[in-house]
Amino acid sequence: MLSKQTKEAFLGPLNANNPVLVQILGICSALAVTVQLKPALVMGISVTIIVALSNVVISLIRKSIPMRIRIIVQLVVVAALVTIVSEVLKAFAYDVAMQLSVYIGLIITNCILMGRLEAFAMTNNVKDSLMDGLGNGLGYAMILVIVAFVRELLGSGKLLGFQVIPQWCYDHGYSNCGMMLMPAMALILVGCVIWAHRSINEEKK
Amino acid sequence: MEHALSLFVRSIFADNMIFAFFLGMCSYLAVSKDVKTAAGLGVAVIFVQTITLPINYLLQVHVLAPLGLGYLSFILFIAVIAAIVQLVEMIVEKVSPSLYNSLGIFLPLIAVNCAIMGGSLFMQQRVLLDPENVKAIANLGDAFAFAVGSGLGWMLAIVCLAGIREKMEYNDVPKPLQGIGITFITVGLMALAFMCFSGLNI
Repeated sequence: MLSKQTKEAFLGPLNANNPVLVQILGICSALAVTVQLKPALVMGISVTIIVALSNVVISLIRKSIPMRIRIIVQLVVVAALVTIVSEVLKAFAYDVAMQLSVYIGLIITNCILMGRLEAFAMTNNVKDSLMDGLGNGLGYAMILVIVAFVRELLGSGKLLGFQVIPQWCYDHGYSNCGMMLMPAMALILVGCVIWAHRSINEEKK
Repeated sequence: MEHALSLFVRSIFADNMIFAFFLGMCSYLAVSKDVKTAAGLGVAVIFVQTITLPINYLLQVHVLAPLGLGYLSFILFIAVIAAIVQLVEMIVEKVSPSLYNSLGIFLPLIAVNCAIMGGSLFMQQRVLLDPENVKAIANLGDAFAFAVGSGLGWMLAIVCLAGIREKMEYNDVPKPLQGIGITFITVGLMALAFMCFSGLNI
């Protein structure tokens, strides 16, 4: 059903060509929103939608964009999409939108978007661009979820706001690792995820 | 005046763009291989931040807020930033070709540096704060102090990391961790160190 190239555009970014781990794009928000699982999920979904849609829009008009001002055109398209998503979040998920604060607006300058628009959507057809956008967005969301899962579980003993570590553990001397909630641990965790990802991929070769 | 000074010092250390908010991380990680280019990019960030943030402040206070057009702020801010970057690039090229040659490649990159956009978005939130709050931006002077401070903090962070990475060339790092992996962990440890500034008050 899907051609090989289309499949590759979708599956590549999920593992071998992951935007966060391999291309090192979109780090800023990946680190900042991962204290809890819920904002991380919302952020991952928002970015996936925006990358996919902006890829489609730019791919549709790619032949009529003058080369010299393409960056500004891309920024305007992305900024318009981000504004829509931000307004929708404020209307339907106000508390999460407040938690994400400036990081929703910062999706505009998220390098994943500019990177994919420049590297893929400007030169490929609409269907491949859509798949590439979805793949990259989900690859990004995946890392967010992994990091947020570890931080919320170890940092506050909860997942999605529900207590998962039972009370008797606390009674027997277990305590939450407060350091996991600090910004610094996000960096160290992503470093460890990169470490694991590289050593696994090396073994495959 | 005292308030602006406090804001300035806080935005360098306690509210450091890199270590507290992870803004401008992409270019931070990519351009921190040697101290000289890192310093060049740092100067460019301070420069653009100091120009764009007060302009966006004026736009926010005198245009967007009175007209109730808050939802247009993303598009407007990014347009201002992109236009200023373009303008600065042209002016620097005309006035000082030597500076242009050393900054040249970094200037266009700054348009999509989250630290610049993030600075403007933080400003937008802080304008609404109570003027007594240490984080509040109440007038143009405060906006300047915040802009210069956050730019300086960013430069401090990138020069420090570049220094450490130059030294780390000679260390025996496990192979899968080499390059970007160990850089992340280094930044994490630096962020821990910077956290001791978080209670800073003047």
